[in-house]
Amino acid sequence: MNLFKKKQYVPITGSREGAPVVPDGLWLKCPSCRKAIYQKELGEFKVCPNCSGYFRLSARERLALVADEGTFEETDSGMASKNPADYPGYEEKLRKTSEAAGSNEAVICGFCEVCGNKTALAVMDSHFIMGSMGSVVGEKLTRLFEKAVEKRSPVIVFSASGGARMQEGIISLMQMAKVSAAVKKHSDAGLFYISALTDPTTGGVSASFAALGDVILAEPGALIGFAGRRVIEQTMKQKLPDGFQTAEFIMDHGFIDKIAERAEMKDTIGALLALHRGSCDGAA
Amino acid sequence: MARRNAFETVKVARRVKRPGALQYFERVFDGFVELRGDRTFADDAAVVGGLAWLGETPVTVIGTQKGTNIDDNIARNFGQPHPEGYRKALRLMRQAEKFRRPVITFVNTAGAFAGIGAEERGQGEAIAKNLYEMSTLETPIVSIVTGEGGSGGALALALADTVWALENSTYSILSPEGFASILWRDASRANEAAELMRLTAEDLLKNGVIDKIIPEAAEGADANFAFTADIIKKELLDVIPKLLAKDKRQLLDARYARFRKYGEFEEQS
Ligand SMILES: [Zn+2]
Repeated sequence: MNLFKKKQYVPITGSREGAPVVPDGLWLKCPSCRKAIYQKELGEFKVCPNCSGYFRLSARERLALVADEGTFEETDSGMASKNPADYPGYEEKLRKTSEAAGSNEAVICGFCEVCGNKTALAVMDSHFIMGSMGSVVGEKLTRLFEKAVEKRSPVIVFSASGGARMQEGIISLMQMAKVSAAVKKHSDAGLFYISALTDPTTGGVSASFAALGDVILAEPGALIGFAGRRVIEQTMKQKLPDGFQTAEFIMDHGFIDKIAERAEMKDTIGALLALHRGSCDGAA
Repeated sequence: MARRNAFETVKVARRVKRPGALQYFERVFDGFVELRGDRTFADDAAVVGGLAWLGETPVTVIGTQKGTNIDDNIARNFGQPHPEGYRKALRLMRQAEKFRRPVITFVNTAGAFAGIGAEERGQGEAIAKNLYEMSTLETPIVSIVTGEGGSGGALALALADTVWALENSTYSILSPEGFASILWRDASRANEAAELMRLTAEDLLKNGVIDKIIPEAAEGADANFAFTADIIKKELLDVIPKLLAKDKRQLLDARYARFRKYGEFEEQS
């Protein structure tokens, strides 16, 4: 569940809940320096030309930066949420979000090659109900890890999530257990898992599969943490230290292996996959 | 069973006098020996554990513990664990696995603590690691929600072969106050939120989150502890030998399947 709204992706015109893909010619406010940036200046990595801060990527944009061109085969693309907890207005929210985001859920899963290495790949999308994990996200990820065991394939997961999906209630909480158990199965089969944390990775996602990679990478400046800043400020009754819950803070405290710039993320993953080729028969 | 509305149940589940893990350790088991510390950083008094006898069987018992007065509550952080609490629990679980002792957990927490130190020491990682390791812990695990089952902080002690809840306990993704403030930006509508959240034992049994409801006397487990404690003892004496009789593969496959089933979705090809 997301309690933070620190960095928001704010189109200057159009709706706040707008799609990540914006029409040409739109100006966007940088989430880091707040300067208005002409969107064509951002380039494929979506880096602010003024402050080098990152704009959030949609799952499709991320996929294009990571998977070798033309190699991605999506799995479970037709899976969609129901309303298991009869949460008022949830179907409507799902419908509107799907239309705006151009995808039917907060994660895209599949198999592809990265720098010529075969791998399973999941990419979350913070534009879809804050990338929250409900039944569909949990099921798609679980199936991906299970299929990866069958194919003896490594798995890469790009997290971008505010946590568990409130609207599906306790069943969302149970997804944390379900996916974590699937990660363990994959690990016990001797297979390699890279968890790549992007802005934001918080709540129930930070407390399940995102924290369980053999190698954990992160993008610079990404918000990573379990509890919401406002909740912590309330309970501690003190201001939070500078840089609290950033990728750099989390690395200083020993919870991630490496911070990789967006432009070097693919090569970093490619190098790690190559180092594990022998352990994953299906990845030759 | 007496009928309460959902928020009344929340209030009963939160009663200060509601028995905590230590009371169960003493009442349901014999010869409790407390074991402390995560061997890494500290001993978190919000999580308690140790060894005891269930009838003739040595078991590992673990649980969250709220305080019974203000000083005790400060010492025990109101039953809200830090990462070292979850790591202590995992240490005791691994020890139980080594000696093939069943693990029994008693969960009553508003949730994992939200604080600077908790974040610095990896609250998310600690919870994740428990889920990960408990999913293949090679010894039976039984979890009982005895009061509040608060989100990931409760789940991190409740990935078990069978999960039970006391009649007036709750288990939810967030507190009703938190839920109301997100849904309606108004925490005072917790009453309504509680109804919507399906967090009572009856609801949890219906949607398969728990496997059994442990009855309480009409006045609640705090007022009549013996009633509930005796039922728990009887149920544990029944289920533990059955779980111990399973071979390792059977036990772990069933545990995986128990959590694998959660989720409701549709698929278009
Ligand atoms: Zn900028």
